[in-house]
Amino acid sequence: MSDIFLNAVLTLDASVRVCIPLIFASMAGLFAERSGVVDIGLEGKLLMSAFIAASAAAVFGSPWIGLLAGIFASSVLAMVHGFASITYKGNQIVSGVAINILAAGLTMILSLAWFKKAGITPTLKNDQRFLSIDFPGLELIDHIPVLGVIYRELISGHNILVYLAFAIVPMVWWVVYRTRFGLRLRAVGENPKAVDTAGISVESLRYKALLIGGILCGIGGVYLATAYNAQFVKDMTAGSGFIALAALIFGKWHPYKVLAACFLFAFLDAISIRLQGIIIPGVGEIPVQLIEATPYILTIILLAGFIGKAVPPKASAQPYIKEL
Amino acid sequence: MTRERRLSWINGLLMPFLNVLTAFIATAIVFVLIGVDPIEATKILIYGALGYDEGLGYTLYYATNFVFTGLAVAVAFHAGLFNIGGEGQAYVGGLGTALVALYLNPALSAWIVIPLAISGGLLFGALWAIIPAYLQAYRGSHIVITTIMFNFLASALMVYVLVNVLREVGEMSPESGDFIKASWLPFVHDVFASFGYKIAKSPLNLSILVALFFSGLVWFFLWHTRWGYAIRAVGKSNDAAIYGGINPKKVIVITMCISGALAGLVGINELMGVQHRLFLNFNYGYGFGGIAVALMGRNHPVGILIAAFLFGILYQGGAELDFELQNVSRDIVVVMQGLVILFCGGLEYLYRPILIRFLAPIEGTE
Repeated sequence: MSDIFLNAVLTLDASVRVCIPLIFASMAGLFAERSGVVDIGLEGKLLMSAFIAASAAAVFGSPWIGLLAGIFASSVLAMVHGFASITYKGNQIVSGVAINILAAGLTMILSLAWFKKAGITPTLKNDQRFLSIDFPGLELIDHIPVLGVIYRELISGHNILVYLAFAIVPMVWWVVYRTRFGLRLRAVGENPKAVDTAGISVESLRYKALLIGGILCGIGGVYLATAYNAQFVKDMTAGSGFIALAALIFGKWHPYKVLAACFLFAFLDAISIRLQGIIIPGVGEIPVQLIEATPYILTIILLAGFIGKAVPPKASAQPYIKEL
Repeated sequence: MTRERRLSWINGLLMPFLNVLTAFIATAIVFVLIGVDPIEATKILIYGALGYDEGLGYTLYYATNFVFTGLAVAVAFHAGLFNIGGEGQAYVGGLGTALVALYLNPALSAWIVIPLAISGGLLFGALWAIIPAYLQAYRGSHIVITTIMFNFLASALMVYVLVNVLREVGEMSPESGDFIKASWLPFVHDVFASFGYKIAKSPLNLSILVALFFSGLVWFFLWHTRWGYAIRAVGKSNDAAIYGGINPKKVIVITMCISGALAGLVGINELMGVQHRLFLNFNYGYGFGGIAVALMGRNHPVGILIAAFLFGILYQGGAELDFELQNVSRDIVVVMQGLVILFCGGLEYLYRPILIRFLAPIEGTE
């Protein structure tokens, strides 16, 4: 019994770890899409940030420099996306695809040029990484049966970026629903013309939203390379950016619902590894691929309107053209 | 020259040319940043891709894949749809081809087997596009998001099928057994040899003729048939199309099926032409490459043939760069693809303000 319980807690703990980049990326996407800019490039920004963060942390010997470098790299890509899709009114999806492909190529080329190995950066030592923090009072609570395990495995023992991710969600909610900027952000995603008529710059609002997205996505990438792992590895995001996009849709562009979707998808990921080869009575062996595919299947079903309806911000994907 | 004609030259040729040029200049900057002389790199690249028989064979072989996926993206673009799912459609299309080429009676003639295997690819590619198409047309779910999801579903499906169904007993690697001989598309060097000409061996096979055939067919279909007209009408203006008696929903589904079918042909080249078995990720990167090709080729079959040839040069030349220079791997091609998509797609209007400023006074003098 206690074994099952410990396993359950460990699975949840693994879900928390997998969940973090999804949270950062989907919150990034939330800002972009709420402002009316579709962001397919989340994956590319995560990847680029992970690579630059791992490189900077290895070269300069500090995870904090890695953090800044990762945020910078991701923000640069976000601004490229803004330049194409806001200033030049290009196709936002095409520009996002370009960013993904560019990041995939650049990380390979630059790692070879800088570290003489394609698609890999030097392994980070402990002082170059974000390490887990043990909460005070661990020894005291550890003896209490159920609570001890939960406290030790689930609540304590994560790195600072994990706690930041969970702190950021209510902050995003507050910014989007309780500030003037948030009100304008939502308005510009639904009806940019009205915002423009009120004398507020649509372009500057959208740039700000993308910049916030760039920063958030950057932190997600930093987490992957310097906290979750200890180096950059080729294609290490492995579709997280797209899962985050799916979570964004699944959570209907609302911070808390998106968080729940992120956690659900991360849980599916964590459980798929544990279910490998296990035969469930009456059902047989569930193919791992089926569990891995579940986030995508769920999102498609939701998009199809069979379980509720996901309606994106009205002005998303449309460049705003001022009438003369 | 009339004004319309001049404008079409500027929009159709000058701007795309400037965009491609910018992408190349940006690539040159990347080369400089990693300490490689861009001129030397270009020389190696061009020689590796075009300088000798074998290199040219490889170039055309890579180009063949890009023609298929480029046409796929272009057809969808004409109906105003962005098919980002070429990757998945190519993958599942390969499964269709493989099923025919694995399980058909080996005694049958190649004249029957090859068309059937090609149809298998077309059919499965189309099938993988039909659900996103239906959801876009009848449920309003955005095609871009659903096709992305279907790319991931395709890779999950293919891993499952290869590991659990098609893998032969006792084999470790997830791949199918060999296709029946009758399904093998002849290599071009073998065809030449049978006429008494000797050319270097390369993976180039008769799929290139299939690619040319479908380029012609797409051109004829889009600009000379009723359905092609309907597709372009829906792409230009949904409302006008409805007014003209066209049902856009039906058009969306049919366009996406055609698009998926074309992407499904990648397997012809890779599987029937070269590897003669089904294996993981044979489609890798061609679906996304097709987006670059379609954008660069302005969604016209002739433009796509040129752009696909260029990307073939980059792929083969990139492999050569990898071999010759220490500081570069063939991933430079991926960077270039990204830059082409950025400058020919996302930043397509980059030079418009400048061109307007320079050309407007000339217009005014007439």
